[in-house]
Amino acid sequence: MSERLREKLNILADAAKYDVSCSSSGGNRKNDNKGLGNSHASGICHTYTEDGRCVSLLKILLTNHCIFDCAYCVSRKSNDITRAAFTVEEVVELTMNFYRRNYIEGLFLSSGIFKNADFTMERLLRIVKKLRLEERFNGYIHLKTIPGASEELIREAGMYADRMSINLEMPTESGLKLLAPEKTHQQVTQPLGFIKNQIVQFKEERKLIKSTPKFVSAGQSTQMVIGATPETDQEIMQTAALFYKDFSLKRVYYSGYIPISYDNRLPMIGSQPPLIRENRLYQTDWLMRFYGFHVNELLNDANPHLDIDIDPKLSWALRNLQHFPVDINVAAYKVILRIPGIGVTSAKKIVQARKFGKLRIDQLKKIGVAYNRAKHFIKCADSPYQLKDYQGSQIKAFIQAESQSKYLKYDTSQLILF
Amino acid sequence: MQNYIFDGSFEGLLSAVFNWFERKPGQVKLQTEATFQPDAFMSCLHIVNEREKADRVWKGLQSNLSKAALRKFYCTYLSELEEGYTALFEFACYLFTEGPAIEKNYGNPYVLALSKIAKKVEREKHRMEAFIRFQQNADGIFYCGIDPDFNVLPLIATHFKNRYADQQWIIYDLKRNYGLFYDLSKVEEIKIDFNQRQKTTGIANAIVSEKEGLYALLWKDYFKSTNIQARKNTKLHVQHVPKRYWKYLTEKQFEQD
Repeated sequence: MSERLREKLNILADAAKYDVSCSSSGGNRKNDNKGLGNSHASGICHTYTEDGRCVSLLKILLTNHCIFDCAYCVSRKSNDITRAAFTVEEVVELTMNFYRRNYIEGLFLSSGIFKNADFTMERLLRIVKKLRLEERFNGYIHLKTIPGASEELIREAGMYADRMSINLEMPTESGLKLLAPEKTHQQVTQPLGFIKNQIVQFKEERKLIKSTPKFVSAGQSTQMVIGATPETDQEIMQTAALFYKDFSLKRVYYSGYIPISYDNRLPMIGSQPPLIRENRLYQTDWLMRFYGFHVNELLNDANPHLDIDIDPKLSWALRNLQHFPVDINVAAYKVILRIPGIGVTSAKKIVQARKFGKLRIDQLKKIGVAYNRAKHFIKCADSPYQLKDYQGSQIKAFIQAESQSKYLKYDTSQLILF
Repeated sequence: MQNYIFDGSFEGLLSAVFNWFERKPGQVKLQTEATFQPDAFMSCLHIVNEREKADRVWKGLQSNLSKAALRKFYCTYLSELEEGYTALFEFACYLFTEGPAIEKNYGNPYVLALSKIAKKVEREKHRMEAFIRFQQNADGIFYCGIDPDFNVLPLIATHFKNRYADQQWIIYDLKRNYGLFYDLSKVEEIKIDFNQRQKTTGIANAIVSEKEGLYALLWKDYFKSTNIQARKNTKLHVQHVPKRYWKYLTEKQFEQD
């Protein structure tokens, strides 16, 4: 019995690992029925894989049987792999026992599609209901919505899940058509829109009637596979920006494609996943969500791709030197946020601290500003007087020369000949 | 300059602050009994713990500091760091001289020190919430032994009490030799007399429950199958899961199998 469970877990956790989302944040479920578990707004990563990604949820597929044949997916129908499926009881027991030992923050449940969308969705629903109602489990639950499932099932599942998501898979419709002819973006946007409307509706009702249950309280997210199809960074981030706006998503995940198929529409097996690019996309995402940048400032027709060798904020600053230098002792918070080398925390500290007197270089360093980077863009109380007006490319060279970044160690300087 | 020597307790620290305002001795150097080395050229004063005076200082801190700053104050104390005690002492003196606005003056070295040390303590608190791995003993109690750098048990008690409301658990600080026990209604401080062997192995493996081995194994399996070989990044892994915690992490115990 336990051997079979082990085998299933190995197969179904293995297939689920390509889903990037493992966040357990945004939940606010309290343990007020004296049951097991609660969830924090900040979430907890309980461990990290050897590739450095956070593990906070038991992330598994209910089954890797699937009626679809999407080229980028390990569970695709035509792939010759061992198939397995959990029973409802097995998933519940694994979740409860892992949670009791403080291994996880909750469950991330996704599934291949067996028979049809409703049949699969109904199984997922049975699992969350059993966890919430019978086991009094209050930990985090992230459910993958099955595209094409009926609205009644999705609505009911939303009463028990903290977060729901549907993967966009490819950033553009044409990319998706190429690799998954049976799927369309519309199949994703329809349930995303439905859930968003339900969230708004439940919130309104809660204002009037306190006892209205919470609905998908940690919001919705989606995921795009990057580098399997030839989209530009501009296309990717514009899709993301649009989805943030239209469906009030909490997160968009960007998953660098890891070659898993010999299909000639896709990058070859063994080619390196685009890790740096993925990192730059996340940085851009952060700039949009927390730094007040509009997507068009960072990516536009003149600059359709993100720089690989410098981060997008520095890259923007170098293209827009007319906004600098910024006097950090007088500038508005929003302006300070745009200075390379200054993050949200240091920007806030600067605004607080300057009420007590003009800030000097040594104080900025102690506050946590990456001064070697920021110094090209700021003025503070004791900034040295600069005679020379540097070009963007010169500043970039200065920063790169001092930089510790693991990406920048290609030697770009001229070789000395004799 | 004078040496102020206190016993390392919170009450002692607050008494020292009270004493400074009573006597106004100018600049002093605060040290704990444990690390104090007598100095031929500096006089020293042993702080007497006085409950009432300490309470008055604590009340003063409570009414002059925001909730967040008060928490930083307490966390810095739990760091058990010598420079943390100094920062707390100087911070309190600065606060009562200049008034409540100073808590945000990050240009001041002690305000900044509090902020930084508290952050370290909060980080370890968060890590303990993440890295504690319970083992179910034969008597049904979930047990975990830890040895954090800072004294974080007081900070994590509520978290575990709220989360594991329907199971009995013990979290034991092996370094400071005290623990927390939750009996399904309240959390209590306990002391266990481990024998030497139990101290090194955490708790004797013999008393863990039957199911325990299976779930530990399933968790190790899970940990392995979530890894993507093509993205291996050991540096990042170690940065997130520092090696000093590995001995307590179920998923990091391969050799013993």
